[in-house]
Amino acid sequence: MRKSIVAVTVSGLALSLAACGGQPASPTPSSAGGTSAPAAKPLNGVTIEVAAKWTGSEQANFQQVLKAFEAKTGARVTYASTGEDTGAYLGPRIQGGNPPDIAILPQPGLVQQYAKEKALKPLTPEVQKQIDENYTPYWKELGSSGGQVYGVLVKAAHKSLIWYRDQAFQDAGTQPPTTWDELVKTAQTVADSGTPPFALCGASGWTLTDLFENVYLSSAGPEKYTKLSKHEIPWTDPSVTAALEKIGRLVGKKEFLLGGSSGALQTDFPTCVTQVYGQDKAAMVIEADFVATSAEQSGAKLGEEAKYFAFPKAGDTEPVVLGGDIAVALKDSKGAMALLEFLASKEGGEIWAKLPGYLSPNRNVSPDNYPAELTKKLAQTIISAGESVRYDMSDLAPSAFGGTEGKGEWRLLQDFVRDPSDVKAIQNKLEDEAKKAWK
Amino acid sequence: MTDRLDGPRDPRGGDAAPGGSPGEDDTGGALPDPDGAPPAGAAASTGAPSGGAAPAAGLGPSPRLAILFLLPGAVVLGAMVIYPIVYSIFRSLFDAPGDTFVGAANYTSIFSDPSTLTTIRNNLVWVVVAPALVTVIGLIFAVLTERIRWATAFKLVVFMPMAVSLMASGVIFRLVYEQAPDRGVANAVITSVQGVLGSHGGYPDARPRENEQAPVVAQKGAVVTRRTAGPGQAVLIPLVGVKPADLASASAARTVRPGPGELAGTVWVDFAQGGGGTPNQVDGAEKALAGVTVEAVRGTTVAATAVTGPDGTFRLTGLAPGDYLLRLPASNFEAAFNGVSWLGPTLITPAIIGAFIWVWAGFAMVLIAAGLSAIPRDALEAARIDGATEWQVFRKITVPLLSPVLVVVFVTMIINTLKVFDLVFVIAPGSVQPQANVIALEMWRVSFGGGGDQGLGSALAIFLLVLVLPFMIINIRRFRRENQ
Repeated sequence: MRKSIVAVTVSGLALSLAACGGQPASPTPSSAGGTSAPAAKPLNGVTIEVAAKWTGSEQANFQQVLKAFEAKTGARVTYASTGEDTGAYLGPRIQGGNPPDIAILPQPGLVQQYAKEKALKPLTPEVQKQIDENYTPYWKELGSSGGQVYGVLVKAAHKSLIWYRDQAFQDAGTQPPTTWDELVKTAQTVADSGTPPFALCGASGWTLTDLFENVYLSSAGPEKYTKLSKHEIPWTDPSVTAALEKIGRLVGKKEFLLGGSSGALQTDFPTCVTQVYGQDKAAMVIEADFVATSAEQSGAKLGEEAKYFAFPKAGDTEPVVLGGDIAVALKDSKGAMALLEFLASKEGGEIWAKLPGYLSPNRNVSPDNYPAELTKKLAQTIISAGESVRYDMSDLAPSAFGGTEGKGEWRLLQDFVRDPSDVKAIQNKLEDEAKKAWK
Repeated sequence: MTDRLDGPRDPRGGDAAPGGSPGEDDTGGALPDPDGAPPAGAAASTGAPSGGAAPAAGLGPSPRLAILFLLPGAVVLGAMVIYPIVYSIFRSLFDAPGDTFVGAANYTSIFSDPSTLTTIRNNLVWVVVAPALVTVIGLIFAVLTERIRWATAFKLVVFMPMAVSLMASGVIFRLVYEQAPDRGVANAVITSVQGVLGSHGGYPDARPRENEQAPVVAQKGAVVTRRTAGPGQAVLIPLVGVKPADLASASAARTVRPGPGELAGTVWVDFAQGGGGTPNQVDGAEKALAGVTVEAVRGTTVAATAVTGPDGTFRLTGLAPGDYLLRLPASNFEAAFNGVSWLGPTLITPAIIGAFIWVWAGFAMVLIAAGLSAIPRDALEAARIDGATEWQVFRKITVPLLSPVLVVVFVTMIINTLKVFDLVFVIAPGSVQPQANVIALEMWRVSFGGGGDQGLGSALAIFLLVLVLPFMIINIRRFRRENQ
């Protein structure tokens, strides 16, 4: 409530300021002639509020992109952080009739949900033109609901990686594995050398869903993955059993997890990266490309101390699971559409790509823009992986199942890490929750 | 009622006239004429300021005037309290999108969903434990601070947490309860006390390799050789998993040649840093484990005991010929006590209740201390003169005289615990949120936190209201009785 009130007053103030400034400003261009550029800026005095979950350096980088937009158009863009739970932030604001102009949703599931609630505004033809030019049809579909395009995928995350600390692997005299069996063997070797192999981010449920998705995509194949993500096959399917049993081989061993399962379940996402790179307590952390940002903050040099390997094959498919953030308009304002158009464009994407920790799904953003060798490689894998790439399954699910702390898949996978012995029971519970969510 | 209004009527007579006159511009003309019903009231409202001629017509202001004065309050109350409650009841009878009437289905699902039942159970624990503890601790603080010299300073410190927002208190306690003793204060205290009381065995992480070729296996915390050996033989006991940091000062392991009648051997870390080395063989750079106790066991009796030297070797002497198993007893591997997992699923609710007490004990103390100072001293004096002990004075005089205040504190705390939200939300890590969940938090999560089911959320809100209501009524009754 308070946040929205603040937002109202802030935007109100901004509008009144703009109104005050607007009147004396309008005669100046005519009198001053071509001396001031603002005449060319189409959105002078327009205020746009953008809400996204990014904090820290991710937020700072995004704000640089917004600054470029401000400089180009003259609009004023304010950034609001939604916190981890985007639905919880936006839900009340939509209900209260005071949504931000643009929200950046971390899950396509939310696009569907809000589209059904008629909270989203369809994109204008100008924005759609940018999407058609710059994105593959798969990405366009993720931002659509009922044949109508609502969202632009502005940021991608490569989730099929395992990061490791080079020194820990050298101490153990082991090499990055390429298959699941090798991974288990590597973990054993690292554990024997005296270093716990994995810092699991168990308190952040989404990291566990990412782990499951990679193993499942790899062991069950892309077709089954798509079916399971739409709940067309039940969670009690034998393919799920196989995947969970594979994960059980990792999380079921006390010495494989830093702090055991109880310690792992109290560790949230950036903390587990710090445990590997800042505190040198563990050897590997299973998460996406954005680990790079936290690893650098912990003082590790990318490519030297902080290295990664592709998620090992746990079956026949080499898994490439992507996540991404989708920008949608919640208000039908001119400024909102202009900003979406900017974010979908090659121009906006390239400004962002030059900043660290960003991966663009825009196919016209050349990999040469990325500052790090690492991101260049990742970008190439996404572009080259083509058809077999899958989107993060939990993000495609209704958020009650795949995106809520203490509920659904997050909770049950945490229960599984706590006690991986009874796979069947966990599957039954997953299926119960899924039935409720897909109702 | 009437006599009260009667009393201050005289001084207020002057106030009522200017206060009423702007209202009469609106109502005076419109109300008496079309209604016509209460002429007495009209007479009173116009008559009262004009003189004391009509005191018998009615005491106090007219109903119209009363309504006029009540109206702003009633409107605000209606808009901010009554309407939301009524709308919540209405909304709770509909499904998630709000289009279909589902009757009591939302209420039945409260009692059929296991995760919601956990929240109810947790709330029950809260209500049973927290208010009583807060009241008792507040009482103890209040009674004790009455006697000490720096009472005000002490009270100020205990009351201070009230000045911190609950959210911030939650963040503080999230850190206090961290598992790692180098980060969490609670475990730092416990482990340092434990560290003074006893020390651990030395190599908590050491364990045998888990494969068929390993000559030793783990058994109930101890490590035992697979095959027996007799005097004159050398036994290798390879272990792995010791942190490189723990081995920084260890010297290289050596094999040993047993003397006559000796059973000798080596205990070492069978892992060459940087890889290489043959498993189960003492290779060049592999480090010794010094100070490990080794027992020779035959059947269930320990025949001899030795401790490994700096190079990891041990010699068991004085053994009768025969076959022995070598055992490294569990005491070698006892882990240093690593603190309590406060934020684990079993202790989470007590841990959060601890934080709650930290916040509210000061509040209870201040209220009770105020009540304490109002107790007539002569009652206490009389009891002491009659020879009562301090404990008897406290039990038989102080507590009964304080009971009205204690009940107020207790009931207020019950209402507070039923509504608890922030502390649970902040302190419990994501993985134990389901175990720590309470009704208020579940209500918010179901309605807004991804669930998006405001029907069920409203039902939970109404359920919570029904739980709080009896205590509200008790409190209101008390206030009313005290006012009489």
